[in-house]
Amino acid sequence: MTETQPKDATEPIIKIVGMHKWYGDFHVLSDINLEVQLKERIVICGPSGSGKSTMIRCINRLEEHQRGQIIVNGTELTNDIKNIETVRAEVGMVFQHFNLFPHLTIVENLTLGPIWVRKTPKKEAEETAMMYLEKVHIAEQAQKFPGQLSGGQQQRVAIARSLCMHPEVMLFDEPTSALDPEMIKEVLDVMIDLAEEGMTMLVVTHEMGFAKSVADRVMFMDEGQIVEQNNPHDFFDNPQHERTKLFLSQIL
Amino acid sequence: MSVPEQATREYLDAPIRKIGALAWLKENLFNNWYNSLLTVLTLLALCYVVPPFFKWAFVDSLWNTSAEACRDIEGACWSIVPNNIKFIILGFFPEGQEWRPILAMILLLSLVIYSKEWTRWNKYLGWLWVAGLIVMGTLMYGGVFGMPVVETAQWSGLPLTMMLSFFGMVAAYPLGVLLALGRRSKMPAIKTLCVVYIEMIRGVPLISLLFMSSIMFPLFLPDGMTIDKVLRAQVAIILFTAAYIAEVVRGGLQAMPRGQYEASDSLGLNFRQTMRLVILPQALKIVIPPTVGILLSAFKDTSLVVIIALYDVLKTTKVTLSNPKWTGYSTEAYIFLAVLYFICCYAMSSYSRRLEKDLHTGH
Repeated sequence: MTETQPKDATEPIIKIVGMHKWYGDFHVLSDINLEVQLKERIVICGPSGSGKSTMIRCINRLEEHQRGQIIVNGTELTNDIKNIETVRAEVGMVFQHFNLFPHLTIVENLTLGPIWVRKTPKKEAEETAMMYLEKVHIAEQAQKFPGQLSGGQQQRVAIARSLCMHPEVMLFDEPTSALDPEMIKEVLDVMIDLAEEGMTMLVVTHEMGFAKSVADRVMFMDEGQIVEQNNPHDFFDNPQHERTKLFLSQIL
Repeated sequence: MSVPEQATREYLDAPIRKIGALAWLKENLFNNWYNSLLTVLTLLALCYVVPPFFKWAFVDSLWNTSAEACRDIEGACWSIVPNNIKFIILGFFPEGQEWRPILAMILLLSLVIYSKEWTRWNKYLGWLWVAGLIVMGTLMYGGVFGMPVVETAQWSGLPLTMMLSFFGMVAAYPLGVLLALGRRSKMPAIKTLCVVYIEMIRGVPLISLLFMSSIMFPLFLPDGMTIDKVLRAQVAIILFTAAYIAEVVRGGLQAMPRGQYEASDSLGLNFRQTMRLVILPQALKIVIPPTVGILLSAFKDTSLVVIIALYDVLKTTKVTLSNPKWTGYSTEAYIFLAVLYFICCYAMSSYSRRLEKDLHTGH
């Protein structure tokens, strides 16, 4: 049964209520509650294994949750495959390892979703693709294959690929962790541009500079729970929890 | 006076490689004592084998004479081939109708050659194939346009071999892909069915499948109902080859990183689109080499149909040799056949290598 709720301005675009997840017997996520407003930028940090990637992967059902509710843009995620596909088309995802399709050219990577999911005419999809490639400063590579690009370039293509679906929300799962240091900035710059244009973003990252300058809210997760969340100013200058303090002392 | 220090670093030329025949020989054939020894031994062996063979095959040989003329010579009697070429190639196809299978074979070959360019693979080519197959079938079977009917029992020789192997491969490949997908399905019924099928077929030799198709299977049919014998053999070959293709394709599917599935999921592609647009194009490309291996053996295995009394090109050759006039010249006849098979196999494998290179996208 599809549960559709009326969309209005104050309704959060993502709403997670009492969500739990287990991997077999292991309780990975415990009682996650989260509301994300339209245009909000959230940075999620925490030690490895704290469940931050798992949590955002639940939002487009790359992982299945076992208890609680996840509602994205008025569509609840259940086993209904139609709902899942609807949500996935509306939520863009950028992965740590880019996951471009190596057998397709850059522009084909970008038009695949629009053509097959959105049924956009090919020509129009290509125009949109070129527009987004311009935006991530990589238009001249359109006819190359992913294997011919550097890591930073590939990640920018991956961002453009998600944007071509005109998503309501963008999820970033450690987008710069697999990159050489000199390529991190080019990807972060693209993400900052995106944030300034008002994209709703959930970013799992260790780039605290990015969190300070861009985030509306910074969230700290540990052992599968959201321990603390606050605006970046208070989060970094005045953390409330011991675990947060410890984590920040280790990475800053 | 010291040279001012330069900011650019020095680029050295790569060491000059020794060139010339002697350098090549030294580097490749005599670079240490056991390679030198092997080279010498190989040369000796070649000296021992090649000249006599050359003399037999080309110097003392006869190429287009009667069988009687061959009695008096030491060398090869290639005359067996031109004298019996019609029967070896076309078998029992009725007198006066030979142009039909020849035309059908030419049509098939032209279609195959035209389809070599993968950039030409589109809907129209598909229709062209459908039309081509109908024309080929009509040519072989007849019954229209004043062409007398030729029952499939009379189809023999090279057209039969080409038909069995071509349709064997073309039908087995998609079936194998489906089986591979089925074996990885999350639905237990489909998965079990595919596993049982694949393991059962792979557990028996092709000969036994052919036997079953020709002897056992008709026993289960209701009275008066018959299914064409060639068709039954064809189906057996398809089912057999598909099981092997399935396992190779499954290997390719398992080599695909999970990120590829996740990326297509996150774009909202459904299962069929993910498979068709993202996973299979990559997985099938990875497994081109082993797939071609299976197709090649499927091609050669079609000669096993002799045991159910179908006259493929190997069997027509054997029949020729049973003619007392030509009995002594089996070496020549089989060398001819070997060359025929080799040309086909080599064409397939070199095509697959080219396809692999064309589809390579630098990752």
